Amino acid sequence: MPHPMSPLAIRAYTATSALGRGLDAHAQALATSRGGLRPNDISSAPLDCWIGRVDGIEDEALPRPFAEWDCRNNRLAWIALQQDGFADAVRDARHRYGASRVAVLLGTSTASIGATEEGYRRLDHGHMPADLHRPALHTPHSLAGFVAAVFDLEGPCLTVATACSSSAKVFANAERMIRLGLIDAAVVGGTDTLCDSVLFGFNSLELVSPTPCRPFDEARDGISIGEAAGFALIERPRENEDAPLLIGYGEASDAHHMSTPHPEGLGAELALRDTLERAGITPADVDYLNLHGTASQKNDEVEAALLTRFFPATTRASSTKGFTGHTLGAAGILEAAITLLAMRDGVVPVNLGADSPDPLCGPQMAWQAEQAELRIALSNSFGFGGNNACLAFARQGVPA
Amino acid sequence: MSAALTVWIHGIGLWAPGASDWHGFSDIVAGKAEPSASTRPNADILPPNERRRAPESVLLAAAVAGQAVHMSGLDVATLPCVFASAHGDQAITDYMCETLAHAPRELSPTKFHNSVHNAPAGYWTIATHCHAASSAVSGGHHAFGACLLESAAQAVADDRPVLMACYDIAGSGPLGEMTDSTGAFAVALVLSPHAQGAAARMDLTPEPGNIGTQASGDAWLDTLAASNPSALSVPLMAALARTHATALRLPAAQGLDLHIDLGYPA
Repeated sequence: MPHPMSPLAIRAYTATSALGRGLDAHAQALATSRGGLRPNDISSAPLDCWIGRVDGIEDEALPRPFAEWDCRNNRLAWIALQQDGFADAVRDARHRYGASRVAVLLGTSTASIGATEEGYRRLDHGHMPADLHRPALHTPHSLAGFVAAVFDLEGPCLTVATACSSSAKVFANAERMIRLGLIDAAVVGGTDTLCDSVLFGFNSLELVSPTPCRPFDEARDGISIGEAAGFALIERPRENEDAPLLIGYGEASDAHHMSTPHPEGLGAELALRDTLERAGITPADVDYLNLHGTASQKNDEVEAALLTRFFPATTRASSTKGFTGHTLGAAGILEAAITLLAMRDGVVPVNLGADSPDPLCGPQMAWQAEQAELRIALSNSFGFGGNNACLAFARQGVPA
Repeated sequence: MSAALTVWIHGIGLWAPGASDWHGFSDIVAGKAEPSASTRPNADILPPNERRRAPESVLLAAAVAGQAVHMSGLDVATLPCVFASAHGDQAITDYMCETLAHAPRELSPTKFHNSVHNAPAGYWTIATHCHAASSAVSGGHHAFGACLLESAAQAVADDRPVLMACYDIAGSGPLGEMTDSTGAFAVALVLSPHAQGAAARMDLTPEPGNIGTQASGDAWLDTLAASNPSALSVPLMAALARTHATALRLPAAQGLDLHIDLGYPA
């Protein structure tokens, strides 16, 4: 059973989503409660829904040395890597530790399947068209392979693809490898981009709302899908560390159903308990919880009940999917970045999109943005197949 | 230099064209049997109706995982699991892309939820009532080595046994021409940090560089090893079948091999 973990430093982090490129764009959107959803204008056939789309990806091909990796998903990853000095921080880690001592551990649900879809839309006599005859794109490992190539890293390189918990779970992979001395630093995070597979896929399950998503609203009627990329560089803390800290994580399975959460949130609760144990904290220590809050009927019902029975009213909580949409395999890292920003700036993000709160929700919910000192915060990420993850962070300068 | 990770193998599962389980494979490697006609993977750990409907990737992964857990004698409900595949269920991805290109609104909801890379992990945890951590990973062409490193790290870090299963199926359609997977193959191991009751011991050390694969000279094994990325595990599995103490290297990432010293309890 888990022992409390030694905290790890988040040396650098960044995110790009419908809210904009980099941390400042996100901080500003959270401070002003301004969301980024728009009517769907991307699927290859019309679909009446709202999406969280990143502007400008179409116009920004990858630089020539990485041309073989060029596709929407890797472009978004590249754009995100250029923000907030993140790429420089990775190069610095590579310089300090060596290429084989820095891991690339990334989450995605569909990687660059958009490129495979495109190939099938314009097959050349039944074969992939010549310009997409690039095997490295047509695999779930495309993203991690690309990021390792960008930084010329030769450490462990793993794709985690557990649907919507993917880019939360990579923090756990990194902690284990650093603790065991296999590596000295890890680039964690993930990227997912809008594509037909997810838009029409979730539509086929009748999980997509025709309106902007309304997490925890009593009239919520489904998710809005978004795209995002985010990354964090994790390493052991230095003396007098001033970076924010990863202090815990938890992972557990529902063992219930492929596309419906456990009715009592059993897996989610086990992941939460695992997180608190590894962090060595109690629910009363948690100042903010970023909820998975997809605006699907079932998820929000189960998660609201878990929140209400587990945490005191002093724990503030919100879903930020009303800002960004559900960014699927990138949700873990995007919401980790939002959680770190909330602590940095002392802003509890509003649970955007809910006008008539579900009566299941307790006093923890932030129906409006709040100013508060947030020292310890959690982020929930739950995936298809009953795959649950939770992360715990401490604000910079706060010893765990 | 001491190994970075030491794990003990408590359970083994395998399915290959011509070898329906680990014992069948071992007999072929030992020269006691010839490869037989291929059989549908026996995933009897899944409930009968799930077994009937399950896509090939799920059947294959559940079949080998079931063999490994059975051999280990461990409680499956508390065993963390890591399912790995270079390409996931290529037949479903081929169906999805084909359907999306022509009639996106007709996409089957069942095919969509079976298309997620963690479908085998999902079905497995549901069938075995497993609430422990479960994961679904890929490492592209290096998926087996990447999965072995991750699973061994999890076993040692949390001081508990871990089930790993690595599977790939044959490619289909235009996608199949990109993945170059010519057949199905899957392998599973139950890894533990503890020796008691183990079949074999693995000392694992990451080594910079990829030395590449060498032919063994055995045509059946070499053809198998080239059939898909999960089958890059064949040299390790053949050594285990022979119960030879040996050293080998398998790729775990671009530019990174795993050096494996394979030994056996005295």
